[in-house]
Amino acid sequence: MKTMLTEADNTVATVPAAGPRDTKIKARKVQVYYGDTHAIKDVDVDLEDKAVTAFIGPSGCGKSTFLRCLNRMNDTIDVARVEGEITIDDEDIYDKKVDPVQLRAKVGMVFQKPNPFPKSIYDNVAYGPRIHGLAKSKADLDVIVEKSLRRGAIWDEVKDRLTAPGTGLSGGQQQRLCIARAVATEPEVLLMDEPCSALDPIATAKVEELIDELRESYTIVIVTHSMQQAARVSQRTAMFHLGELVEFGDTKEIFTNPTEKRTQDYITGRFG
Amino acid sequence: MTDATAATGAPAQARRPFASLLTLDEHTKRRNATEARFKAYGLAAVLAGLFFLVVLFVSIISNGIPAFTRMVVELDFTLTQAQFDEAESQLLKTGAYQGYFVEGFDKALEERGVEVEYDAAVLDRLIGKVGGIMREFYAANPDKIGEEVVFELPTSSRVDGYFNGRLKREDVSDSRFLEASDLDLADELYEAGIIKSDFNWTFITGADSGVDNPGGAGIGASVVGSFFMMIVVLALSLPIGVATSIYLEEFAPKNWFTDLIEVNISNLAAVPSIVFGILGLAVFIQFAGLPQSAPLVGGLVLTLMTLPTIIISTRASLKAVPPSIRDAALGVGASKMQSVFHHVLPLAMPGILTGTIIGLAQALGETAPLLLIGMVGFVARGYPDSFLTGFTEANSAMPAQIYTWAARADASFYEKAWGGIIVLLLFLMTMNIIAIILRRRFERRW
Ligand SMILES: Nc1ncnc2c1ncn2[C@@H]1O[C@H](COP(=O)(O)OP(=O)(O)OP(=O)(O)O)[C@@H](O)[C@H]1O
Ligand SMILES: [Mg+2]
Repeated sequence: MKTMLTEADNTVATVPAAGPRDTKIKARKVQVYYGDTHAIKDVDVDLEDKAVTAFIGPSGCGKSTFLRCLNRMNDTIDVARVEGEITIDDEDIYDKKVDPVQLRAKVGMVFQKPNPFPKSIYDNVAYGPRIHGLAKSKADLDVIVEKSLRRGAIWDEVKDRLTAPGTGLSGGQQQRLCIARAVATEPEVLLMDEPCSALDPIATAKVEELIDELRESYTIVIVTHSMQQAARVSQRTAMFHLGELVEFGDTKEIFTNPTEKRTQDYITGRFG
Repeated sequence: MTDATAATGAPAQARRPFASLLTLDEHTKRRNATEARFKAYGLAAVLAGLFFLVVLFVSIISNGIPAFTRMVVELDFTLTQAQFDEAESQLLKTGAYQGYFVEGFDKALEERGVEVEYDAAVLDRLIGKVGGIMREFYAANPDKIGEEVVFELPTSSRVDGYFNGRLKREDVSDSRFLEASDLDLADELYEAGIIKSDFNWTFITGADSGVDNPGGAGIGASVVGSFFMMIVVLALSLPIGVATSIYLEEFAPKNWFTDLIEVNISNLAAVPSIVFGILGLAVFIQFAGLPQSAPLVGGLVLTLMTLPTIIISTRASLKAVPPSIRDAALGVGASKMQSVFHHVLPLAMPGILTGTIIGLAQALGETAPLLLIGMVGFVARGYPDSFLTGFTEANSAMPAQIYTWAARADASFYEKAWGGIIVLLLFLMTMNIIAIILRRRFERRW
């Protein structure tokens, strides 16, 4: 643990200080209701392009809920109602003209619980590229599948059994398969809901490496319960509590010098 | 660590008294006794069920097996060209053939060394007028003239009943159908091997032969009727049922209207089948003008009956697919439709197929609505001329045929009814086995 923390500190130190970057996603006065429960209250947040934003906060505070607003996955929940404005590249994603399917091709997602399709490992990864017509030929598809599995840090473990069912993998392997599946469709924004909660430190390190690499071209939002992880991989951090956005700013700033007492308490482990 | 030290230091009153793991305490004993009792009830219920099942099967098989055998008179017979010409030139042609037959019969008796005196009229009572059968045969197969042909002629239903125990000799009252003394000859012939038991192919391939001729009755035509009905039911209820379920389960908004539809579908499943029968009569025959007694109409009525079953089981299996699979598909940018057809439906397939086959099996065994639309047993007089007319030509179905037979006065029809039930059960068992195989094949391991 000690060494990891120092490593983390190093990583934070090497990340360039957040300068003025382009805003990819802008949220204003977002409210989410599950029936009568007010799950997200008045959240304003600007997510930068080509950067990693971490959502932290105690369990049940609405991190997943807010994340699901960004690719309109909440549409699939009957009782969920979203208000406010969310734009991606200055286009309102809740506009009537927006087809959520098109949006989700642009905004990929890795879910909190690993959910591979009960199909072969190959088909799990190839499914997205297939339905979006990203591969011209079988050879193309093979290349995409291999590349994605490598990015998901799982290629070496599965390369000999691509036809085996994805559901036969261990929990951590399944989650990495889901990451591979999400990156295979080349989204512009990648939402990751606790991608490493079922992973061992080695796989976690690989996924974090991947996140760092993807940051070059994508906007990444990651929900995490690990403060070290937030500190290691993210440039910006948003702290949620009871559906409210408590604090949002540069990761370095939040971890070294939080303005809110609640943030400080949470980070130092005094509540949660 | 600190807690543990604190505990040893504290007085021991907080601790539970020592209890050996090697002896059962009161609570555990009671719990185990309850469990054992529950297991015993379950076992008793299963055994009772098995007992009744065995009784059912034994009675069906013992009553139905005689329908699959029949007593025949087997006779080697040669018709010469001269005899043929002579018979065809006579006025009473079948009478002439009858004469030849009696001659041949005498010869057979002689060859086997049977010495009996009998009257030609007895033969009529034992096997009926065979002249017509023989004439028909030689007219259809003129090349057989001059050759030896083995004729297998079914005995009359009373003689048949006498040999399989349905008719006791002391119950025979002399009539123009049978006299008690005829049975002496029958016994002699049986010992000589001229009357013998044979597999009754007519029962498998034949049609309903009318009230007077139980010997010629067969279930074949109504099997064909059932087959055409099942084609209609499958072709309509599977696509309509699955499409309805997918729409209701995956696409329909949840509001009072869809709730109403849902409640009504569940209610439809509980509507007695005879109601569907009278509906079919009113709508399909009287209003739409479709032909009476047609398997097409029967199929339509049974489709109405099967739809709720298929919809309910399909919806249940769609519901059983974990939502995370839908999320996963939507998450990579699949449309609702793609997520349903690529992921949800294949996973729900075993359930859908099982439900469909159970629905079909129910439809196959349904009698009441068929009686109302005129698919009664005696309508099944033969096979349809072609595949297409199979849907529209008047026919019956297996259960309706069985019902008609069971209602007839002649005791040998009773036996046919049991035999028909065996055939019906064989079909149902086959369908269930197919359901199991399909489920195994489509089932995915998680
Ligand atoms: N489908 C739902 N229906 C009703 N309420 C929900 C639903 N999903 C979440 N909630 C409620 O919304 C609140 C926020 O939940 P959410 O899943 O966003 O929490 P979270 O921050 O992701 O927690 P965790 O860290 O445990 O994953 C919770 O109080 C939860 O009970
Ligand atoms: Mg969550």
